[in-house]
Amino acid sequence: MKYTEDHEWLRVEGDLVVVGITEHAATQLGDIVFVELPEVETMVAEGDEVVVIESVKAASDILAPLDGEIVEVNDKLTTKPGLVNEDPTGAGWFFKMQIDDLSVLDGLMDEDEYLEMIG
Amino acid sequence: MSDLKLLGLDDLHRELGARMVPFAGYDMPVQYPMGVMAEHLHCRASAGLFDVSHMGQVILQPKGSFEALALGFESLMPVDVLSLAPGRQRYGLFTNDAGGILDDLMFANRGDHMLVVVNAACKTADIAHMKAHLSDICDVIPVNNRALLALQGPLAETALARLVPGVAPMRFMDVAVLPWQDTALWISRSGYTGEDGYEISVPDVLADRFARALLAMPGVAPIGLGARDSLRLEAGLCLYGHDIDTATSPVEAGLTWAIQKARRTDGIREGGFPGAARILTELFTGPARKRVGLRPDGRAPMREGTALFHNETSTGTITSGGFGPSVGAPIAMGYVDTGHAAEGTALLAELRGKRLPLTVSPLPFHPTSYKR
Repeated sequence: MKYTEDHEWLRVEGDLVVVGITEHAATQLGDIVFVELPEVETMVAEGDEVVVIESVKAASDILAPLDGEIVEVNDKLTTKPGLVNEDPTGAGWFFKMQIDDLSVLDGLMDEDEYLEMIG
Repeated sequence: MSDLKLLGLDDLHRELGARMVPFAGYDMPVQYPMGVMAEHLHCRASAGLFDVSHMGQVILQPKGSFEALALGFESLMPVDVLSLAPGRQRYGLFTNDAGGILDDLMFANRGDHMLVVVNAACKTADIAHMKAHLSDICDVIPVNNRALLALQGPLAETALARLVPGVAPMRFMDVAVLPWQDTALWISRSGYTGEDGYEISVPDVLADRFARALLAMPGVAPIGLGARDSLRLEAGLCLYGHDIDTATSPVEAGLTWAIQKARRTDGIREGGFPGAARILTELFTGPARKRVGLRPDGRAPMREGTALFHNETSTGTITSGGFGPSVGAPIAMGYVDTGHAAEGTALLAELRGKRLPLTVSPLPFHPTSYKR
């Protein structure tokens, strides 16, 4: 598992990258009540706003962690946004991306580095 | 350096695991480990304890008769103060000369004096306002040594009555001074959640002990500001600075129930409050815009500041919005042109560049359960 400074996790699954938010982020956001997912087959650039999540109190944007194409989204979150709180690194995943070169993940934080960042 | 004021119960909140945020100059508990959603639902199902000590408690001690105080207080509000019986509380509004709202408040007739409770963000201005206008008829005495707690929900009466048996027979908006452990609690049967419950003013020195005694009662959990906001929104209650402010009149805000007959046109004490010309006219002709309940058709919450449209025409703005845990859907309140304010009117809200449907809906979103 790899991590971004925006509290996203990335997991390689075959030739795809699965993206979600960390347990730390989900806890900080509080009860999530709405998730707006991108369209599949959307080309995104690193830093693009691709997902909107709303907690009981506020809206937040989730940014594309890498350049690539959104190839699958977790439609379950549309009707069960609470999955992000219940299982942020499992059933609460947001989308899967196809990227050109998986080696770019090497530049991201590993778990120890992420845990150190959040203190 | 932080200039935030700490609540008297700050240690207790931290011990309970609260997440603290700045609000109206105070470091306030926004949620406890239970989380906003569960806290909200707990309050509706059992009982929630809120620390609202940031609010302003002010005593108006008459220099002459109580009647003179009541009439003087009426000169600041479009509200019938004179008819308020001893032991009763009423909702009031300070208005300005333009008919806008300076603050909303509760005031109680405590026999020989008045107790006023005002919003935290407005309390300094409110005290100055009362001193400027009422000093001839009363002393305006801020109460700086008492905490204010709210116990709300269906188990509130049972929990509080085990400590203070005298609260059980109280009705909605009754006030009483009742003993607990050699001290006097100032209690009203009221709150801001839509639930039955009480607001209790307790001396600072005993507040921690009293709060812990309540938290030890079955079904009582601490509730933060986050759930306080979603509870009051579901109950259709205005939040000052958001749903009402100096630019909104009480009539636009739908608070005409707070303007009793005596102060209206042809009433026995008609007018005589700031902004009377506008407010009495609006009562007669209707306002140009109205506060309404709004239900997004989809699942996306629509927040304060969201622009509203009727077809292509701009018609207003959302002033409070979010997710209603008891409703199980997003809810909002806002102002729209009166022609678009009828229940069932289909509107559009501009959200992240898209216009999404929502519907004008009755308030409250969740039925109130006051013990009248």
